[in-house]
Amino acid sequence: MTGYSVEKEYQGMLDAYEKAGGDKSALQSRDTARLVIHQNRVLSADEVDGIQIETRETKNGVNIDLLVREGVKIEHPVHLCFGILPQEGLQKIILRVKAEDNSEVNVIAHCIFPNAVKVVHKMDAEIDIGNNARFGYKETHYHGDCSGVEVIPKAKVTLGDKAIYENTFNLTQGCVGKLDFDYEIFSGAGSVTELIAKVYGKKNDIIKIAEKVNLNGQDARSLIKTRVVLRDRAWAEVIGETYGNAPYARGHVDCIELVNGTEAVARAIPIVSVTNDKAKVTHEAAIGSIDRRQVETLMARGLDENEAVDVIVRGLLR
Amino acid sequence: MVGDDIVLEIQNLQLGLNGKFIINGLNLRVNKGEIHGILGENGTGKTTLAYLIMGTNNYKPTGGRIIFEGQDITDLSISQRAKKGISLAWQEPARIEGLRVRDYLNLSGNNSGTEKAEHYLEMVGLEPARYLDRDIDNTLSGGERKRIEMASLLAMRPKLAILDEPDSGIDAISLPLILNGIVEMSKQGSSALLITHNENVVEIAHRVSVLCAGKVLMTGAAAETSHWFKNNCRSCPHINEPAEEVEKS
Repeated sequence: MTGYSVEKEYQGMLDAYEKAGGDKSALQSRDTARLVIHQNRVLSADEVDGIQIETRETKNGVNIDLLVREGVKIEHPVHLCFGILPQEGLQKIILRVKAEDNSEVNVIAHCIFPNAVKVVHKMDAEIDIGNNARFGYKETHYHGDCSGVEVIPKAKVTLGDKAIYENTFNLTQGCVGKLDFDYEIFSGAGSVTELIAKVYGKKNDIIKIAEKVNLNGQDARSLIKTRVVLRDRAWAEVIGETYGNAPYARGHVDCIELVNGTEAVARAIPIVSVTNDKAKVTHEAAIGSIDRRQVETLMARGLDENEAVDVIVRGLLR
Repeated sequence: MVGDDIVLEIQNLQLGLNGKFIINGLNLRVNKGEIHGILGENGTGKTTLAYLIMGTNNYKPTGGRIIFEGQDITDLSISQRAKKGISLAWQEPARIEGLRVRDYLNLSGNNSGTEKAEHYLEMVGLEPARYLDRDIDNTLSGGERKRIEMASLLAMRPKLAILDEPDSGIDAISLPLILNGIVEMSKQGSSALLITHNENVVEIAHRVSVLCAGKVLMTGAAAETSHWFKNNCRSCPHINEPAEEVEKS
């Protein structure tokens, strides 16, 4: 990385983000809290009223503390942009989030690895969402066509009473490489958790998704929704676990994996358990080829078979 | 306007499955702009006929020919038939997660644009503001999904629309809207094959054919043929095994 200036790196990140289909004006707006990190360098960190962002560069990454103050509702989404532009590199992000009681914020994380041949992106997150607070986190990845990225996001999320946590993980552009996604949620009374993961596996991608929700508070609710499409020789295993540990807790695990081709492999392991006789947890999982009736429906409108499959896949991953 | 030009001609069509003829020497002609009703009880081959014309469900005729606008289409793919102007509204349309109603209505490319999509939703009694951005997935009721299927067909403006049981699962208020849509489509020059077991639905048809045991028993004006169907088929003790004298009647 010798010879890179901060300005050049920052511009490089913006260009890569835009090239991947993102709107870089969101990363330049003055009304928006944002954090742009290239490898282990913080290129931009901007706060808005009610949000405090502290960063510390480490040997291989950055430690981040994000605080949303009590009672503050952040109008515009906070943008986090992580990336590695060279072909090789390691990025370890340690993220600690504290959303204080009655606060509200949406975070959009862009993870950009367009040239990766041998890149590792690790994130260890601890997210603490206070009572009656709302925290939305949407993470979208932009990868190149070489399966050279290893993505390892791990998170422990604690929800206070009546807190809301909505997490969307989206890795549908470029090749996944290796994904080892591992989230565990601890839900307070009356809280709501929604975990959505959408991944498109190609070539020799290896995808592991493990999501676990512990419904520990009375009336806690959760949904784990996973959509995976595989083609070529991609391999995926999805484990969705929900534990109903409190009265009137309700959880649902919903997994669809589509396999397009003869060499891709998909597994789904839903685990549902209740330790309280008033709790209820359900699951549904469907794995298989793309539904022939869906394909024919679109072909009867004039699409050829490949176009029809594309529409179905894009819909599922939208 | 119904013309004399034949859009669809089916000649001695056969489909044998597991040693049994599902379609057994079926002959049929549909003219340009004609609404042609196909009346038949359950199991007489109505849906199979629809699939054979559209080329779906991996059905390949074991005999006979399907001629569309003078060209044998028996060996064409579904897409090729659709591009020639044939389309099908399924009796139980597929649900597709993530495909929005507006995009589904614009798929054919004939009627791109929100305004047109809104128009066709209104034609089937659906409020555009409530439906355009919904997915055609499991969140729709059966009736809503069927009406969207009909709107999609109207948007496509095919030369031949195959409508498989458009009345099933549709409430009494919506059915006239759907039937009006079919009449409008016909007025604009599209032909329609209106498949049903309900003789009231084919009142809008110019002609009606009665199907039994995979063949056409009779073809005639809507009122007479429906009357004959009601009197003979509703009480028939041997559906799909028509007596010789009935076949010759």
